[in-house]
Amino acid sequence: MNSPDLNKQIPNVVVWLLLLAMPYWLPAVGGYPELGTRVVILGLAAMSLNFLLGYTGVLSFGHAAYFGLGAYGAAMTIRYLVPSTGIGILVGILIGTIAAAIIGPLIIRLRGVYFAMVTIAFGQVFFFIAIRWNSVTGGDDGLTGWTRVPLHFGFTTIDIQNNPLAFYYLVLVLFAVAAGIMAWMLRSPFGRTLIAIRENERRARFLGIPVDQHIWMSWVISCCFVSLAGALYALLNNFVDPRALYWTQSGDFVIMAVLGGMRSFWGPLIGAAIYVVLQDYLSSQTENWQSFIGLFFVLVVLFFPRGVLGMIRRKVMS
Amino acid sequence: MTQLLLFNVFNGLIVGAFYALMALGLSLILNLSGVINFAHGGFLAIGGYLAYTLIPYVGFWGALVLAPLLTAVIGFIVERVLIVRVYGRDPLYSLLLTFGLAFIFEDGTRFIWGAQSLPFQVPGWLMTPLSSDYFFLTGYRLFMVLVVAIAVIGLFLILTRTRLGIRIRAGTLDLETVSVLGVNVRILRNMNFGLGVYLAGLAGVLAVGQLGLQPTIGASLIMPSFVAIIVGGLGSLPGTLLGGLLIGVASGITTVFFPSATEAVIYVMMAVVLLIRPRGLLGEEGRF
Repeated sequence: MNSPDLNKQIPNVVVWLLLLAMPYWLPAVGGYPELGTRVVILGLAAMSLNFLLGYTGVLSFGHAAYFGLGAYGAAMTIRYLVPSTGIGILVGILIGTIAAAIIGPLIIRLRGVYFAMVTIAFGQVFFFIAIRWNSVTGGDDGLTGWTRVPLHFGFTTIDIQNNPLAFYYLVLVLFAVAAGIMAWMLRSPFGRTLIAIRENERRARFLGIPVDQHIWMSWVISCCFVSLAGALYALLNNFVDPRALYWTQSGDFVIMAVLGGMRSFWGPLIGAAIYVVLQDYLSSQTENWQSFIGLFFVLVVLFFPRGVLGMIRRKVMS
Repeated sequence: MTQLLLFNVFNGLIVGAFYALMALGLSLILNLSGVINFAHGGFLAIGGYLAYTLIPYVGFWGALVLAPLLTAVIGFIVERVLIVRVYGRDPLYSLLLTFGLAFIFEDGTRFIWGAQSLPFQVPGWLMTPLSSDYFFLTGYRLFMVLVVAIAVIGLFLILTRTRLGIRIRAGTLDLETVSVLGVNVRILRNMNFGLGVYLAGLAGVLAVGQLGLQPTIGASLIMPSFVAIIVGGLGSLPGTLLGGLLIGVASGITTVFFPSATEAVIYVMMAVVLLIRPRGLLGEEGRF
């Protein structure tokens, strides 16, 4: 391996080391264990969104719907069917992915702001189902009366229920799997094709690439991982409510991706970290934190459009 | 049963008129500037709250005239200071910018006027039922429909008869050519944005008379407005009007037969339209 390749590996190594050691350095800088877990989960959601947004160039604004479906899928499975964390996560992913696969054909031919508008509007269906079907979903108050359950393997039991550290590492393992699959896909010919579509859709079409099919696949993959994040989010809180499905949540994911840098793989994770910490801090300081979050959106758009990593890369280049 | 159905169809028509009024403003801005204004619901709420504040000084009629105008002034300023910076950039940024503004407006109204819902007084004679059989036909409901109709007719007159309107329509088709022909596009976009926000403010004053004042009133009305635009067809203002009325009536009828699907039905309609006719009912082919 020559040195430019090694240089490319440095950011990856740094990110993984920071993530692996997070429970140990986070309290030292004033965080608490759940905060770290939340960063990883929402980071996964933002990275999944970025698979579509940053790498395929499709403007999706409705990812909260599939995040929420994953969350409700996991919560309802554990509450009503089987008290098993693993099956809960699987059902959550399945429900989110199937919903995305069904809605996909309706939207893949749309582009730009139209795509954004339709995806965000579609998300509202699930929001209203969650609100109205309150005998099953708990309605506006959310679904309570369940908790994540310890993981039972044949030879050992991991108590993710009462040990936040164990749960963090479970989340991190699943995050690693998801991030690994996404990174592998982006390096594959399929991933390169997605980037080609982003750069010049018409040319890709003329080259004979079935663009709509690729966008559908990218959409489903993206929603699959975002529903995994949703399932984990429900498990983290031992609770899920319709706000996980609401359209403002979709905006949060997009701002995380933009804030960190849409053109880089780790950008959305960094964006999620900044956003989660900021929101956590603001909501403990002021009742009007929503205004500050809004102001933050405006400031990012006006002064930080390339995101943190985009800025750094630009500095390095010049 | 007939009465119940009639009541809900009429109710749906009123709700649809709101959606249409709001969606027309959104559509105007989207067509000319390519910006989806998520903050439109915020402008609607501001219109309503301004009317509430103005009523003690100028009465209901004064507020009905002044509040939307003041909202439009806020719109002019917001466009001039902020929105203008995202024109010509990736549409993502305009979405995020207006998204942030929506947060600020909602929280701002909560900060200024409080989180609890406030009563909104409309003139008493407007609230009396016109007929004992059809109790739901209060003067205010008819009045709302009338105002919306006047506003819509006014809008279409502006767009077809005035120089500004003709320029807006021309700019919708080809902004570059309009600019080359010597029209100041900056001013044109500013006026157009203000016009759209004026409609939101007007919808706000009417809506709070029916629904009461809440900071979240705008957030709950914006998604149906999106659906109205999509169902009616992007780029077509008559389509937006039709879409708004259609989804309003559809949710009204659904209330009779399957009340828990009242909100969800309009999204099902949107799915059906996208499946059969992706450009929307009156949308132009190949615009998006």
